[in-house]
Amino acid sequence: MKTKEPIEEIAVKTWFKAAPTEKFPKNAGACIKYKDQQIAVFNFTRENKWYACQNLCPHKMEMVLSRGMIGEENGEPKVACPLHKNTFSLKTGESLTGACDAITTFPVKIEAGFVWVGFTE
Amino acid sequence: MKTIVVVGNGMVGYKFCEKFVAQANKENYRLVVFGEEPRVAYDRVHLSEFFENGDAERLSLAPRSWYDENGIELHIHERVTEIQRANKKITTSLGTSYSYDTLVMATGSAPFVPPIRGVEKKGVFVYRTIEDLEETLAYAETVKGGKAAILGGGLLGLEAAKAVMDMGLEPHVVEFAPKLMPRQLDTRSSKVLQVKLESMGINVHLSKATNQILGNGCITGMEFGEDDILDVDMLVVSAGIRPRDELGKSCGLEMGTRGGIVVNDQMRTSDPHILAIGEVALYNQMIYGLVAPGYEMAQVAVDQILGVSDTRMAAEIDMSTKLKLIGVDVASFGTPFMPPEKGHSIIFENKTESLYKRINVTHDGKKLLGGILVGDAADYNMLLQLYQNEMPLPENPEDLILGSRGGGPSSFGSAMDLPDTAVVCSCEAVTKGDICCAVLDDGNESVKAVSKATKATTGCGGCKPMVVDLVTESLKSLGKTVKVQLCEHFEYSRQELFDIVKLKDIQDYDELLDLVGKGHGCEVCKPAVAAIFASIYNETANKQPAIQDTNDRYLANIQRNGTYSVVPRVAGGEITPKQLMAMGRIAQKYDLYTKITGGQRIDMFGAQLHELPLIWEELIAEGFETGQAYGKSLRTVKSCVGSTWCRYGMDESVSFAVEIEHRYKGIRSPHKFKGGVSGCIRECAEARCKDFGFIAVEGGWNVYVAGNGGANPKHAELLAEKVDKETAIKYIDRYIMYYIKTAQPLTRTAAWLEKLEGGITYLQNVVINDSLGIAAALDAEMQALVDSYKCEWKEAIETPEIRERYSHFVNSDDTDESIEFVSLREQKMPKEWA
Repeated sequence: MKTKEPIEEIAVKTWFKAAPTEKFPKNAGACIKYKDQQIAVFNFTRENKWYACQNLCPHKMEMVLSRGMIGEENGEPKVACPLHKNTFSLKTGESLTGACDAITTFPVKIEAGFVWVGFTE
Repeated sequence: MKTIVVVGNGMVGYKFCEKFVAQANKENYRLVVFGEEPRVAYDRVHLSEFFENGDAERLSLAPRSWYDENGIELHIHERVTEIQRANKKITTSLGTSYSYDTLVMATGSAPFVPPIRGVEKKGVFVYRTIEDLEETLAYAETVKGGKAAILGGGLLGLEAAKAVMDMGLEPHVVEFAPKLMPRQLDTRSSKVLQVKLESMGINVHLSKATNQILGNGCITGMEFGEDDILDVDMLVVSAGIRPRDELGKSCGLEMGTRGGIVVNDQMRTSDPHILAIGEVALYNQMIYGLVAPGYEMAQVAVDQILGVSDTRMAAEIDMSTKLKLIGVDVASFGTPFMPPEKGHSIIFENKTESLYKRINVTHDGKKLLGGILVGDAADYNMLLQLYQNEMPLPENPEDLILGSRGGGPSSFGSAMDLPDTAVVCSCEAVTKGDICCAVLDDGNESVKAVSKATKATTGCGGCKPMVVDLVTESLKSLGKTVKVQLCEHFEYSRQELFDIVKLKDIQDYDELLDLVGKGHGCEVCKPAVAAIFASIYNETANKQPAIQDTNDRYLANIQRNGTYSVVPRVAGGEITPKQLMAMGRIAQKYDLYTKITGGQRIDMFGAQLHELPLIWEELIAEGFETGQAYGKSLRTVKSCVGSTWCRYGMDESVSFAVEIEHRYKGIRSPHKFKGGVSGCIRECAEARCKDFGFIAVEGGWNVYVAGNGGANPKHAELLAEKVDKETAIKYIDRYIMYYIKTAQPLTRTAAWLEKLEGGITYLQNVVINDSLGIAAALDAEMQALVDSYKCEWKEAIETPEIRERYSHFVNSDDTDESIEFVSLREQKMPKEWA
């Protein structure tokens, strides 16, 4: 299993202005397009936090994670892939069910009612 | 540093590695393993599952990475070809040499192919490895619909018979002995099994000695004697095993006269540096072709090599087995056949139900010596324990197989009555004492934790019910209540949460979580709670989308490539030509793959997220409504054509099916549920495979409950006989409502009824005799659900905020370009997974 280092805010070169916050459902995900990439963005209202990660589930390589349910396991925020319920940490991208490679996570900030996602390039 | 070389990576070879790395200090040993097969050790016992899912990896005992993580040097697809005992070296098929300090032979066995004339012909196979299976499968494709013989009516032969049946061939089991499973079963039980197998389409030919295999190049038949020929297109030989002892022979180890490497009770061969375990080892002049003794040998070998304890193999090896053969329970333990001078037998036989139970007891009736169970082996674990621990029997030993009559307590007593030394999990040799200690001393508080700590239930899983009892009872003795808990966020069972939501009139998931839960929820509790809201308020999934599984959230079934399928309701399977054409037009417009489902409706696949509202808008305009194929809810009510057309029909099954499907449509439940209505006892609608079913008989309807197809097929049980339609509906109303209120999440009705104390009789009392006094409430709750139905897709397309959910990106109108299709028989399918 591969692990990945989450992208830290300090390493961000580009902040991408994705969409107004009200476009994102509460306690659930939505998908945004940045260049050719698909990024899943989660509005974790209960934690009052936002998370972003790749939309691709590494298990079967399908663009579906934004449609997964979010939740928490021993305090670790997570997303469950809608296809086979593999779960991933929204903080570190690590596979919590243990069967998959880690996913890439991205920093998110809210400014002036908009969701911004950070990229290193 | 000592080097241990293991020759063979089969089940026993793997078990040796597992036990070795668990006990050995890694610094002191180097473990090198060779396997000749192209894949890592897999579960041969469940080989026939490979046919069902075609997934070889799922059979693996451990992934390749496990060997790396544990510092084991694994060489697969590399056979050991020579052992030089003088300088303690081996050479492999790749020509490489390795030195060893200790060598462990776990080469297993090969199928025995009797020297019958013509056995080399094409179409003759053996049944042992995944490769054997793949070859057989490829050949079976070329003779599909033909006949296949299985030579050998033992345990493996019958497994192979199931496999060839699954390949689409007509199976014929040919056995030399006058009975099936001659090693495990007596003549009468074998007959019971035979009748059962024949009823399932497996032909049995006994007392047949095969003279030659017929055919010119390819097999066309088998000849047993003059004018005694069986025409077949394929043959699978399963006539026993022979140890793979050629390496032992060539390096001069002591061998048995009929093969096998001789070992002592320390598993050592005639060379003290070489041990042999599993099916290659000849112990007590016997080869043990079962996995449990093989695992025991692995443990003995590990202990002997590490020198930590002088474990020895028991002088007598228990050959007790229990297995599910083609869905039929078969078990035999202790001394299954017994000469009359040793004791007497108590036999219960019921051929119409395919049941046979035999126990052998001592003359004084005090001790159990052995027995045989066919058709129902639920009591096997307890009987085995009574036998192994020589426990005293009840006053009337027949109670053990017939159940105590007169309503007294169970004749077995509780699992807690067993001595601490009783082996509960024979695969991993875990005793009752181990399990109770794991709870009482080590503080494990769940079956999961105990399994992890002791490994009990991780083998065949047959001991699970007993382990559950032991854990539950041990916890109780500590004064702890055992709770069925939904997940880490709710310390309540589904039934308790159902009552809380209802009594406190809670309308919203977050409200419930704040009130009686903790944390922020997860993918287990969210959909379970969503189903509770739906069952109580009949709210559609549109109201709280974030707590729905993806299927409910988008009101469609997600498929392999993240696209969805669309299934409109076709109640009772009745559809007009006009509706068919409309559906065809819409499917063609959106380029959807279409297929008739098992529930008599039409499934349209390959719709992208943004297309769903467009497709439904057109379907609804044509008069269709949602079929809830995505929900844990009523799927379909299957019907035969009934007395409206059929010359045998006793009543109008289609009309009844349409009515009942419209009655229950949209109702959310702990799991999906299905119905069936047959117009006569020919049962063309397969109503007895459904969660509820009606069959028209002279004088009314027979009402069945709690059947299902799927992974664990179960025939429905009779709830009421010859009742009129209104009564039939009333009973099913109450039954479904009671199920909705009391079942655990994702539990089908069959599993729910099995767990319901008192079973079908209890259910009859609740539903028919109103023993709990809740019938009126159940009626009212069901009627409220029926009255508040609405089509959630109509709601979705008419509500702009809901429609907005159906776009792939929130910041772009682009669609998902990563989805790829390939063509398939003039339609399309998702591109294969990478």
